[in-house]
Amino acid sequence: MGNRLTEALDFHGRALLLRAERQKVLAGNIANADTPRFAARDFDFKAALAEATGSPAAGGPARPGAAPVSVAQTHAGHLRGTGGGTGGPGRVDATALRYRVAEQPTLDGNSVDLDRERANFADNAVRYEAGLRFINGSVRTLLSAIRGE
Amino acid sequence: MMKVFSISGSAVSAQSQRLNVVASNIANAESVAGPDGQSYRARQVVFQSMPTPDGGAGVRVASVIEDSAAPKRVYEPGHPMADAEGYLTQSNVNVVEEMVNMMSASRSYQNNVEVMNTARQLLLKTLQMGQS
Repeated sequence: MGNRLTEALDFHGRALLLRAERQKVLAGNIANADTPRFAARDFDFKAALAEATGSPAAGGPARPGAAPVSVAQTHAGHLRGTGGGTGGPGRVDATALRYRVAEQPTLDGNSVDLDRERANFADNAVRYEAGLRFINGSVRTLLSAIRGE
Repeated sequence: MMKVFSISGSAVSAQSQRLNVVASNIANAESVAGPDGQSYRARQVVFQSMPTPDGGAGVRVASVIEDSAAPKRVYEPGHPMADAEGYLTQSNVNVVEEMVNMMSASRSYQNNVEVMNTARQLLLKTLQMGQS
């Protein structure tokens, strides 16, 4: 019952966690804009969200009892990632990160396109805030239903 | 989101160290060799990515290397430090390169500060989640 009540909140909460994770990855790219041989990284947000909410098409509310994200470690040298094997819901594993394809090759082998990263960062920030507003709206709706105003 | 501060913070610190080195190089651009014949050598920082355990990537200054280029030789016979042939040995700092380095460092610094400001705003809004 309680699950039904907070279904929408749950979905947006997981989306928010993924947004925060992506914000961190993009911040890392911007931080390493001058590091030689650094490869810019990002992850497929749509796929990660679908995985986190346990639905094939990201967009609807989470199915109850969705499986948490976890990436198989088939080799001892694989990075342990966020979840540390247990993989909490809505957390993306470091091994799920992909390298960005550089538009313009550089002499020092750095593949960070600063303009692109800043655009992505701003975009992600706006979407994070949108997620926050969705949650606030849901909370307000629930509160007004509880109070019966 | 809290990790953003440590990532961008490491970048800001690395860039400010780069600015320090640039300042040292520019200050010594005209330094002449001392009695031992060794002139100032331009220093450059080497950045290295510093992965955090959860998939982020900070940056750190791995080392500060000395430029191996030959020192500048200027003909100035009247100078007290000139050698027998009248040449003065100066540092091997390329001032134009250093200026470019400085601009690049200050831009990167600004970018990372902006990232931290954005993260701060988002966190503050997250703290107010569910209120109002």
